[in-house]
Amino acid sequence: MALQSLDIIARSATTTPSPQVRETMKVAKLIDISKCIGCKACQVACMEWNDVRDEIGTNVGVYDNPADLSADSWTVMRYSEVEVEQGKLEWLIRKDGCMHCADPGCLKACPAPGAIVQYSNGIVDFHQENCIGCGYCITGCPFDIPRISKKDSKAYKCTLCSDRVAVGLEPACVKTCPTGAIVFGSKEDMIHHAEGRITDLKSRGYANAGLYDPQGVGGTHVMYVLQHADKPELFSGLPKNPSISAMVGLWKGITKPLTSFALGMLAVGTLFHYVMKGPNEVSKDIEKEFENES
Amino acid sequence: MKADPNDLVRYTAEERVNHWVVGMTFILLALSGLAFFHPAFYPLTQLFGGGVWARILHPFLGVLMAITFTAMYFRFHKLNAITPVDKEWLRRVGEMVDGDDHNMPESGKYNGGQKLLFWLLVACMVLLTLSGLIIWRAYFSDLFAIAIVRFGSVVHAAAAAFMIALIMVHVYAAIWTRGTIRAMLYGTVSRAWAKQHHPAWYKEQTRGVK
Amino acid sequence: MTNHWVDIKNADLILIMGGNAAEAHPCGFKWVTEAKAHRNAKLIVVDPRFTRSAAVADYYAPIRAGSDIAFLGGLINYLLSNDKIHHEYVKNYTDFSFLVKDEYKFENGIYSGYDAEKRKYDKSTWGYQIGKDGFVVTDPTLKNPRCVYQLMKAHYSRYTPEMVSDICGTPKDAFLKICEMIAETSKADKTMTIMYALGWTQHSQGSQMIRTGAMVQLLLGNIGVAGGGMNALRGHSNIQGLTDLGLLSNLLPGYMTLPGDAEQDYKTYIERRAFKPLRPGQMSYWQNYGKFFVSNMKAWYGDAATKENNWCYDWLPKLDKGYDILQVFENMNNGQVNGYVCQGFNPLASAPCKVKISGSLAKLKYLVIIDPLTTETSEFWQNHGEYNDVDPSKIQTEVFRLPSTCFAEEDGSLVSSSRVLQWHWKATEPPAEAKADPEIIAGIFFKLKEMYKKDSGAFPDPILNLNWKHRQPNAPSPEELAKEFSGKALKDVIDPKDKTKVLVKAGEQLNGFAELRDDGSTSCGCWIFAGSWSEKGNLMARRDNSDPFGLGQTLNWAYAWPANRRILYNRASCDLTGKPYDPKRKVIAWDAAASKWTGSDIPDIKADSPPEEGINPFIMNPEGVARFFAIDKMAEGPFPEHYEPMESPIANNPMHPDNPLARYNPAARVFKGDWETFGKADKFPYVATTYRLTEHFHFWTKHSKVNAIMQPEQFVEIGEDLAKQKGIKAGDHVRVRSNRGFIIAAAVVTKRLKTLTVSGKPVHTVGIPIHWGFMGLAKNGYITNTLTPFVGDANTQTPEFKAFLVDVEKV
Repeated sequence: MALQSLDIIARSATTTPSPQVRETMKVAKLIDISKCIGCKACQVACMEWNDVRDEIGTNVGVYDNPADLSADSWTVMRYSEVEVEQGKLEWLIRKDGCMHCADPGCLKACPAPGAIVQYSNGIVDFHQENCIGCGYCITGCPFDIPRISKKDSKAYKCTLCSDRVAVGLEPACVKTCPTGAIVFGSKEDMIHHAEGRITDLKSRGYANAGLYDPQGVGGTHVMYVLQHADKPELFSGLPKNPSISAMVGLWKGITKPLTSFALGMLAVGTLFHYVMKGPNEVSKDIEKEFENES
Repeated sequence: MKADPNDLVRYTAEERVNHWVVGMTFILLALSGLAFFHPAFYPLTQLFGGGVWARILHPFLGVLMAITFTAMYFRFHKLNAITPVDKEWLRRVGEMVDGDDHNMPESGKYNGGQKLLFWLLVACMVLLTLSGLIIWRAYFSDLFAIAIVRFGSVVHAAAAAFMIALIMVHVYAAIWTRGTIRAMLYGTVSRAWAKQHHPAWYKEQTRGVK
Repeated sequence: MTNHWVDIKNADLILIMGGNAAEAHPCGFKWVTEAKAHRNAKLIVVDPRFTRSAAVADYYAPIRAGSDIAFLGGLINYLLSNDKIHHEYVKNYTDFSFLVKDEYKFENGIYSGYDAEKRKYDKSTWGYQIGKDGFVVTDPTLKNPRCVYQLMKAHYSRYTPEMVSDICGTPKDAFLKICEMIAETSKADKTMTIMYALGWTQHSQGSQMIRTGAMVQLLLGNIGVAGGGMNALRGHSNIQGLTDLGLLSNLLPGYMTLPGDAEQDYKTYIERRAFKPLRPGQMSYWQNYGKFFVSNMKAWYGDAATKENNWCYDWLPKLDKGYDILQVFENMNNGQVNGYVCQGFNPLASAPCKVKISGSLAKLKYLVIIDPLTTETSEFWQNHGEYNDVDPSKIQTEVFRLPSTCFAEEDGSLVSSSRVLQWHWKATEPPAEAKADPEIIAGIFFKLKEMYKKDSGAFPDPILNLNWKHRQPNAPSPEELAKEFSGKALKDVIDPKDKTKVLVKAGEQLNGFAELRDDGSTSCGCWIFAGSWSEKGNLMARRDNSDPFGLGQTLNWAYAWPANRRILYNRASCDLTGKPYDPKRKVIAWDAAASKWTGSDIPDIKADSPPEEGINPFIMNPEGVARFFAIDKMAEGPFPEHYEPMESPIANNPMHPDNPLARYNPAARVFKGDWETFGKADKFPYVATTYRLTEHFHFWTKHSKVNAIMQPEQFVEIGEDLAKQKGIKAGDHVRVRSNRGFIIAAAVVTKRLKTLTVSGKPVHTVGIPIHWGFMGLAKNGYITNTLTPFVGDANTQTPEFKAFLVDVEKV
């Protein structure tokens, strides 16, 4: 499955349909938080495969490092210490990064044609050569993922290793994960795999274990198995019911063509007004009055 | 070009320069802004050297416009105070649009429509400036919560669209009302024009001269 | 490891204690997740900190650093008093029924034979009753009060759940819950594996902690079975290889030992090591010690080693005492060492009490550093501001830095924790002037040889006669060295059963240590590695992971010592008749039709000896069985007893509140002058423990940008209670002081360090990751071993890095 123009099913700032003829298998990455030991091997694999290096930072009082996503850190581990049951501490470690929404807010918000594309396998990818650096993708993203580089003002985020997936490999983080907490395959298989994990977790006392595949964004191609699916916000603020913000809908929805149309109509209206009513000239009387004076 | 000694001075040179700086920045802002407003207008970025340049230039042009617009505000805001006459004028605006100005109340330097336009432009400008700073990703957006940036984006787009509409009205009105454009080009209008369109101002200007 | 990494997937229960496998061994930890996924296994973590392992555990309990023997002693008490033991196993395969000498005593925390002055035991009473036949006297009824079972039961009856909770700070209900879970595995079809690492070794009583864990496993019948075992997770990728090759100061290759002062004579030396069986019919495999030793000397000295000169025995040093790292630096500090060669070692960072190490190095005439990196040790004389505040003008030590290669820049083998020797290939050329270690050593060797030849010297023989037959003498190849360790026949090796049959022709590589001879006809540089490079080729380079039995033994993947055996003591997985206790996890079984032991692994028993012959599974012990009673093998007593760390937050040992002698490990060696460097709880009230982070590897990876990005800056971990008391917020910088110095680091304030109640008072723990220093790409930091005490385990002298006292303040 080569990812080529044929496989691009959606393209930012493009009003006409992208190629629809070929439909490839929907893929998904499943991150099982209950198996994650927070070793950051995925972060390292991501840096190495994509050949990006963040700055050597500082310790800000937590294990998280780099402390946040950046143009050079496309995935970071977020650690949170919670006591869901009194006295039973849990250290929930979530690998944060692009969720590859089926309905991507970034793509919707992007004003640059072809800077953000969605492949028919579900991967949402940034094409930096078309990126103008406006940061609208950040505004559009329900998960606060994209980051603008300080070096080149382009937007960056996890590509789900679209280059690797294109040639039949799993993403680098999946390849490196030592505990098998990250798995990759068809979305269908991943949902099936998650079901098994959830059954296991329920048997171990996590009554609310579940899959995080939020439908508000049409489902995602990066999914989580959560020990507490009823409270995703426990996992370093994973949004409970994410969707593209109503504001973004208003900003980027039907209003824009309508407004554009209205402005056009206004221009046409003035023309017709001129044609129909003629110019607003000085009346003949006054004109004469001053002609006489001079 | 030497002005007719009988003509009335409507705008000083400074006022005209100020207006045209605002006007040009507005046009550039509108063109570059529309490019990001809807994909249909994206080719407009080519006027600025491509999408990235349009993105870089737009906010700086916006700053320039905000500053010059502010200057203009201080020049004209007193003249644009709305009076009962203006309200009456606005009530009868339908007749005006229909091309019949016989029953329109006597307006001063600015009629009710112009004043309303002025204040609407001021409101748009305030909204655009504030929201523009919030969504200026290179310098300021990271300081604001994402919800505020989203709100800012909506406000910016809505205010801009509205302002474009206002300016279209403004420009058309200048074209439609013959003899107007020269006021902003050379600074003067004919006495006839003044008496016809701004009788009260005409009277004020010509008091004691006759 | 008695078992191996992959075998962890066969466990029903995994206990991680004295280690943090998810943090320090994330790749191996995979097998824990496999066990959980495919066997529905449960994971228990017992640790002073809620670790990355605890994050994925089914049950976690906190414990005060250094109190593990109390916890495990309580567990033994629980198993014995609730009768949750594998009866058949302990009765047949352990020393349960062995009778102990009447003179052996344990009173108020001290065993018989103690000399308080010397802090040493006379161990002569710590032995078995030997019958007239020369064998140990036993009581199969287990009624005799002097049998090991009865003595052990009495010994551990004192470790009540209340006592455990009082010493360890572990809540009683948590302790009992864990006991209950573990006790389940006494069933024949349930196994538990124990995974431990430096969290057990780095204590003044570390060896005994491990022994206590092993005793638990024996009681449950979990040694020798798939999914069981005592599994030491080694800290370096090749630290297993280091000990295998005898690089410790008292060892020879393959866990043979150097002679002591009293063993000037070769015969005595061999006799004391070639143990005769202590029970009838047992293998007592060390009987072959002479074969291993002679073959080793032939590898070292070749033709110069002859029967007449006792195979050059006289050339070996005879030890007056151990020369472990602490002893060597003590000597250096006393001005008794002129030069020191540091090969792949960074003692300024890795050894305890930096001020003492630094001062000792300053007393050397010369220091040679052989390392791929610019280590802190190589810069000990250089002022690095607050991180190494020394005055170079006062240090006269001449430092030579010889850049060497790292693992990726050379061919060779690594021995994993699984005892698997795995060959690896060079990935890239070394940079600049770096040379492989054999080349550097060869250079030094030839220079020394030349000097000895020219100028003679006090004792030139071992240097002049060293066997050095390499195709490129200046650069011995890894292949040649590997073949030398594996061993070859110098003359034809004849089958002892059939004198006409030649097993191995002269000049050929040996197939295993069974072919070693003590007549000088074989040469083998490390007997346990014998067979790893046979005439079949380099078996360490094999990469066939086929697994016909589904237990993950993969016998054709690389080569495991000994004899490619993957699970040690695997004979113990079967009952007396040779049937597996758990047929679903068959490691080996007696195949009567074929008249041999067969299965998924290489049998750890004479392959053709039927069960009726009664050879017991623990073939390296002269008893043939496993020992609960350690006889004279341990420094501080035959049964592990809880003693406080050398720096303890409580006033006495709650087990023996009235006996100050039994407060700390009575046999721990403390050098003169070091007692004063130990801190007291009044000034240093908090328990500190040092450890590693998954983002870094010791003091190496701070030189690597990727690792530096992942964990850039030194930090310490402080519980929320203590942080609140001290007004410390996450991200603040704090000063951590011990009686030996201080470090300053960022504070990670966490729920994961709980305040424990020990002896009725609250005890806070401060966690101190070790990885920073003043060289490399990560932010410079303090050497954490500035803080640690200069004392080690009484047996191994491994430093007590895991439990000491500090104070903390905001800076």
